[in-house]
Amino acid sequence: MIENNVREHKPPWVVVLKKLSKNKLGLMGTALILCLIFIAITAPFLEPYSYKEQHIEIMNEPPSLSHFMGTDDFGRDVLSRVIRGARISFVVGVLSVGISVFIGVIVGAIAGFYGGVVDLALTTIADLTWAMPAILIALLLVAIIGTGLESVVVAIGLSYWAQYARLIRGQILSLKSAVFIEATKSLGASDMVILFKHLIPNSIGPVIVAATIGIGNAIVLEATLGFLGMGAQPPTPSWGAMMSNGTAYLFISPWVILFPGLAMMLTVLGFNLFGDALIDLLDVKNKESN
Amino acid sequence: MTFLKVSDLEVEFCVDKKKITPIEQVSFEMKKGEVLGMVGETGSGKSLTAHAIMGLSSLVGGKIRGRVQFGDKDLLSLSEREMQSIRGSQIAFIPQNPMTSLDPVYRVGDQIVEGLYKHRKISKRAAKLKALEIMEKLQIPKANHVFQQYPHQLSGGLKQRIVIAIGLCTSPQLLIADEPTTALDVTVQAQIMRLFLKMTKDKGIGLLLITHDLGVIAQVSDKIAVMYAGNIVEFGPIKTVFNTPHHPYTKALLNCIPTIGMKKGTLDAIYGNVPTVGNYPPGCRYQPRCPDRFAPCGTIVPKMTKLAEDTRVACHKYNGSKD
Amino acid sequence: MWIYILRRTLLLIPIFFIISVVVFSLIHLVPGDPIDSLLIPGSTAEDRVELTKAYGLDKSLPVQYCVWLQKFVTGDMGQSIIEKQPVKDMILYNMPFTIRLGVASLFVSFFLGVSLGIISSAAKNTFIDYISMIIALLGVTVPAFWLGLILMLIFSVMLGWFPVSGSGSLKTLFLPAVTVGMGGAGLIARITRVSMLEMYNKEFVLLLYAKGLSRSAIIIKHIFRNALMPVITIFGLRLGWILGGAVTIEIVFSRPGIGSMLLSALYRRDYPVVQASLVFLTMAVIIGAFIADLMYAYADPRVRDVYK
Ligand SMILES: Nc1ncnc2c1ncn2[C@@H]1O[C@H](COP(=O)(O)OP(=O)(O)OP(=O)(O)O)[C@@H](O)[C@H]1O
Ligand code: SF4
Ligand SMILES: [Mg+2]
Repeated sequence: MIENNVREHKPPWVVVLKKLSKNKLGLMGTALILCLIFIAITAPFLEPYSYKEQHIEIMNEPPSLSHFMGTDDFGRDVLSRVIRGARISFVVGVLSVGISVFIGVIVGAIAGFYGGVVDLALTTIADLTWAMPAILIALLLVAIIGTGLESVVVAIGLSYWAQYARLIRGQILSLKSAVFIEATKSLGASDMVILFKHLIPNSIGPVIVAATIGIGNAIVLEATLGFLGMGAQPPTPSWGAMMSNGTAYLFISPWVILFPGLAMMLTVLGFNLFGDALIDLLDVKNKESN
Repeated sequence: MTFLKVSDLEVEFCVDKKKITPIEQVSFEMKKGEVLGMVGETGSGKSLTAHAIMGLSSLVGGKIRGRVQFGDKDLLSLSEREMQSIRGSQIAFIPQNPMTSLDPVYRVGDQIVEGLYKHRKISKRAAKLKALEIMEKLQIPKANHVFQQYPHQLSGGLKQRIVIAIGLCTSPQLLIADEPTTALDVTVQAQIMRLFLKMTKDKGIGLLLITHDLGVIAQVSDKIAVMYAGNIVEFGPIKTVFNTPHHPYTKALLNCIPTIGMKKGTLDAIYGNVPTVGNYPPGCRYQPRCPDRFAPCGTIVPKMTKLAEDTRVACHKYNGSKD
Repeated sequence: MWIYILRRTLLLIPIFFIISVVVFSLIHLVPGDPIDSLLIPGSTAEDRVELTKAYGLDKSLPVQYCVWLQKFVTGDMGQSIIEKQPVKDMILYNMPFTIRLGVASLFVSFFLGVSLGIISSAAKNTFIDYISMIIALLGVTVPAFWLGLILMLIFSVMLGWFPVSGSGSLKTLFLPAVTVGMGGAGLIARITRVSMLEMYNKEFVLLLYAKGLSRSAIIIKHIFRNALMPVITIFGLRLGWILGGAVTIEIVFSRPGIGSMLLSALYRRDYPVVQASLVFLTMAVIIGAFIADLMYAYADPRVRDVYK
């Protein structure tokens, strides 16, 4: 009996995988992300050279058989640094999106759940924040809390929360009157229980999709801050720091800036394609329009 | 020469990787100046038949098979280009749902003359005059004002008359009207029906009239085609079919007509439910509801059988009675 | 309609106040005293007090805010601490460059995005669709400065088609506008594609086919026109986001502008300049969104009627 059931009702992840296998762009995105995660985890073993050892005698050498991506102004191997940078970019992306989602979900949930003046105030702030270029907000925040990778992560996190707040709020508004919430209320559950055990888990879907794409945006923003001299500081091989460092040698050794940029392009493309595929797979749009 | 002869029309769609054929074995013919009434329950495939004749189904992802002879041409073998010069020009279509059939961002006047521009060499002024003339014939009050309005500013009845005007403005030879008067009140409905009839008599236009309303069909049609679950089950002159219906489904339909007029929804008074596309029973599709069902009905699909000149029925009871 | 415009315009006033408060307080959270950067090495504590007074930095924050706001709305935006010239003059000098770049970038992102969106929706799920969508995404996958540098490397240095930097001719505007526009084009392309695909399934399209119109005529005249509504909405809402790249691009191409002015002021803790340029940038974004909103109301007769 049970076996029969299993055969007839395929588990949801099988259905999702099947659907994904038909979405060519989604598949490409998934592959790109898996590659990134693999490289990020195994970075120390993949690097052909040390990412920080300097060799003045091979400064700014173009790509060759021994250095596939050439060397930078300190004679460091660009490929090794790009590989190590994958790790940093990935961590920066995930951590800062984590902060954004955390703030966004709390703010959005409170606004949607309590409504009234609280909602009006929070929504106005969220909408204004959302309308502003994130780079402007992050720049100001870095100016306040100081440079360095940790502050950059916090600043990016604080720049992108508004979109998640908007998403969660919309979801909560549509769920608030749902039957099961009414039922939970009549059973005497407290606001907090309803909010955190029922409303938020049931409205997190679109947020997860947006967060996937958000990781890509965060990685790009980190690089931009780096370029403006407000990102990770020099020895750290984040892609952003490498690119901003390479800017000075753009016309002499363009490979120093080219390869980290291409790596970032593929990574962020991966997150975007994967996020788009998730939208299709989970039918998020349907939920949003409810 | 043939005016319109539809043979073995079939439309196939692909839904979730499964092929469905909502209409099959649809055959009928029309003469110049004739009114053919088409009836059938919801989902029986009336609208789809109309779309397929105009080759519209293939534009929205369907496959059309069979033959649609219009004059000396087989419409289904024409190129999309050639079809475009026939659509809206020689064959016009009045869609079933006027509420959603107009483009929301253009003035209705512009939508009426759009087809005129495309098919007839005509000046802007002349096109507008022609449109206004038709709008007035359709009892649209303050036609000049309505011409400048957007769809959302009009009532359902007015929108319905606008889609009718779109169909009529190019003076087509064949008019396919899919429930053209559902949103209108009885007097306007009668006037528009009279207008349709006048056009068929004066200009020899053929009218394929799709409706739920057997009362209307009885009054205006020359012939009737009864559809059930994607097939035409009975076809013949209106008098013959109304006086001596053959198919058990037609009989049941006619039994449902109350003596004074006919209200919508009464067709559902027949026992049982209409099978949906893809869930058709084997053999005769009417078999689960048919009081006369007998041995072959559950296994063999009944073919259209000619009973008399212009009269055909698809039911095993009449199989082989006449050829 | 006019009443609607008036109401919306009045709504900009409270938004202006919110922005001014946020900008003002943010700036004062920045560590470090601007006075420090003004003092020549070896100056005494008295010099310091004197300078602080001269710049009004000794008063309490609310007082500073009120004074600042009052002066600001009357057009006196103070002196630049570093440049020693009126902030108003600096803004007036830089504003036109930023507006030119902003408008040009918006054009690029709109037309590039819309074209890619139409192409990929018309060729749904084909190779062309995938390629257009990937091209559309490229702008958001790399930082604007990187794209700008690479474009500069290819088109200015290697091909010599455009000047490397500068701000005079239209030619100097091309690469910066394309760079910034590419970022927004991806967003616009995706919205256009989705919105077009939705329109293809609308019932009114069937009647258009029945009128004998060709597919291309229907796509351009009807489907696109209808699909444009959500595109304009998103365009207005994300205006600021689309223009975000402009801040860095002014530096990459060494163009004058509010963005580069803001950045150099930020490095040097030049409060009055930072405040004024922030207020201007944010107000520009909000006014842009407001204009898009009006365009939307103009383009959709249904919305137009609601506001009558
Ligand atoms: N584009 C399509 N794709 C898939 N199935 C379709 C499509 N168009 C129509 N069908 C199917 O064809 C069947 C017949 O539809 P049709 O609209 O022709 O019925 P109808 O007789 O006009 O009904 P009504 O009286 O409600 O107008 C429907 O059940 C529908 O499922
Ligand atoms: S074929 Fe049989 S089941 Fe079908 S209508 Fe005729 S008698 Fe009834
Ligand atoms: Mg129908």
